[in-house]
Amino acid sequence: MSATDSTEHTRRDFLYVATGVAGAVGAAGVAWPFIDQMRPDASTRALASIQVDVSGVEPGMSLTVKWRGRPVFIRNRTDKEIEEAKAVPLADLKDPVARNANLPADAPATDTDRSAGEGKENWLVMVGVCTHLGCVPLGQAGDFGGWFCPCHGSHYDTAGRIRKGPAPENLAVPTFAFTSDTVIEIG
Amino acid sequence: MSAGHSTYTPKTGLGRWMDARLPLPRLVYDSFVAYPVPRNLNYAYTFGGILTIMLVAQILTGVVLAMHYAANTEVAFNSVEKIMRDVNSGWLLRYLHSNGASMFFVAVYVHIFRGLYYGSYKAPRELLWILGCIIYLLMMATAFMGYVLPWGQMSFWGATVITGFFTAIPLVGDWIQQLLLGGFAVDNPTLNRFFSLHYLLPFMIAGVVVLHVWALHVTGQTNPTGIEVKQKTDTVAFTPYATVKDAFAMIVFLAVFAYFVFYIPNFLGHPDNYIEANALKTPAHIVPEWYFLPFYAILRAITFNIGPIDSKLGGVLAMFGAIAVLFVVPWLDTSKVRSAVYRPWYKLFFWLFVLDAIFLGWLGSRPAEGTYVVMAQAATLYYFLFFLVVMPVLGLIETPRRLPNSITEAVLEKKSSAAVPATEQAKG
Repeated sequence: MSATDSTEHTRRDFLYVATGVAGAVGAAGVAWPFIDQMRPDASTRALASIQVDVSGVEPGMSLTVKWRGRPVFIRNRTDKEIEEAKAVPLADLKDPVARNANLPADAPATDTDRSAGEGKENWLVMVGVCTHLGCVPLGQAGDFGGWFCPCHGSHYDTAGRIRKGPAPENLAVPTFAFTSDTVIEIG
Repeated sequence: MSAGHSTYTPKTGLGRWMDARLPLPRLVYDSFVAYPVPRNLNYAYTFGGILTIMLVAQILTGVVLAMHYAANTEVAFNSVEKIMRDVNSGWLLRYLHSNGASMFFVAVYVHIFRGLYYGSYKAPRELLWILGCIIYLLMMATAFMGYVLPWGQMSFWGATVITGFFTAIPLVGDWIQQLLLGGFAVDNPTLNRFFSLHYLLPFMIAGVVVLHVWALHVTGQTNPTGIEVKQKTDTVAFTPYATVKDAFAMIVFLAVFAYFVFYIPNFLGHPDNYIEANALKTPAHIVPEWYFLPFYAILRAITFNIGPIDSKLGGVLAMFGAIAVLFVVPWLDTSKVRSAVYRPWYKLFFWLFVLDAIFLGWLGSRPAEGTYVVMAQAATLYYFLFFLVVMPVLGLIETPRRLPNSITEAVLEKKSSAAVPATEQAKG
């Protein structure tokens, strides 16, 4: 009697706790596959990269391609559009970060950093998914002549930077590179 | 009457045999025949029964539709058209199911407003109310996933926007969204799992309904006076009184339902959903089904950052908060008086709230620009003020009207005042 009344930790207490912990870990181990199966499967993740021939895209023209189930905008910008984007002071931007996967995460959202870089500033490659709730913005529309999302009214400028409306970030620039003068590899 | 004494006496030998082994007939008799209900229930109290009928109707039509539907992005849209054109009576079953969802929500909104008006959520019915809120949440999830299945433009883009809500959550948002979608965008894995869950959730609803009715039968129903049942003359037997009244209300409700199904089957739908889903083209105006519009308006009303919370997360929090606040209503309302009948100020604010909710619904269907945004912000403000300020404060400062001593007294008073024009009473 006195042994069970004791407040000291007994061997039996240890066994109870150990059994309980082992049971909880086991239950979590069994539950995990049921959650894990919901995540993107191998075939979805394997949609690695695509190559796009942009030789036929003249200044002022756009191309939309599908990458990882989402649209990617490739635009050959006009000089006027580039100048407009360059004229915007960084302080006017709602999101001052470039959001360019090819650059460091803190790169500023200058027009050059948003585009394909020095010498290829006419090329703009962006995931065509509004950073608000995922709609596809309409091209060459909105208050800034760039993109306009019809769902909740987000306006992007000619460098794809958010200027007005509920979207929090600039349109994302995916990992991409020119493999030749006319071919872009995305992803 | 909560722990009511059973009055069931089996009359046949088989009945006695059954009663000693599995007293199911006794449970049914005690719950739906002899069960005492307040004698003054009005037609607002018939919507629980109507909701039960609608749940059964949705499950029945849904099960047979699933025999013809194929949850694959290649064929889903066409399989729905096949149901409409080729399957025998397929058009009827699909219109019953799609309009049935709308009628289900009509009924649940009347049911919820009834609860808010008569104070049905107050002690000791807090759990009853919370179970109802859970059913409402499950209904919304089920309806949302069901709307994705036809794989039209609104299906696709509605799913995109609604799963996009989760990306507003800091750190784990994108992970959660990918978990829901099974990919980086709405696609075949999404459609497949939504179909699976759309089939599962109604049965979960049915399970919670059992708990809801159980809790109801423990505490007993409220009634328009909000006074608890005190004596036998306050109640009548469920059968025939409530049974017949419920049945009549159901028939009227089903007649309205039938009008929608047979005369304006697409009135509550959106024409864009007859265009097959296209991942590269967003429709000009994405609008959810009408029953989500008030919450959609609240989502879009938050166009400004609140401290460290950006407008996107703020909108999502406000929208979920608008539903979450319902769960704590039993503790927000401080009034000792249950029914709005005896609360002149609460009654006023309640009807303003009803108008506000309808106004929000209308705003949700408008584009998010110009004065609509400002109006939505004002309406959202009132929505939250009603719950977070009016309910707690009014209970402390309002002077209620004189309460009758019992339901019986209230009924008899009403009868006599109808006979003799009342020389009505003093100010509070």
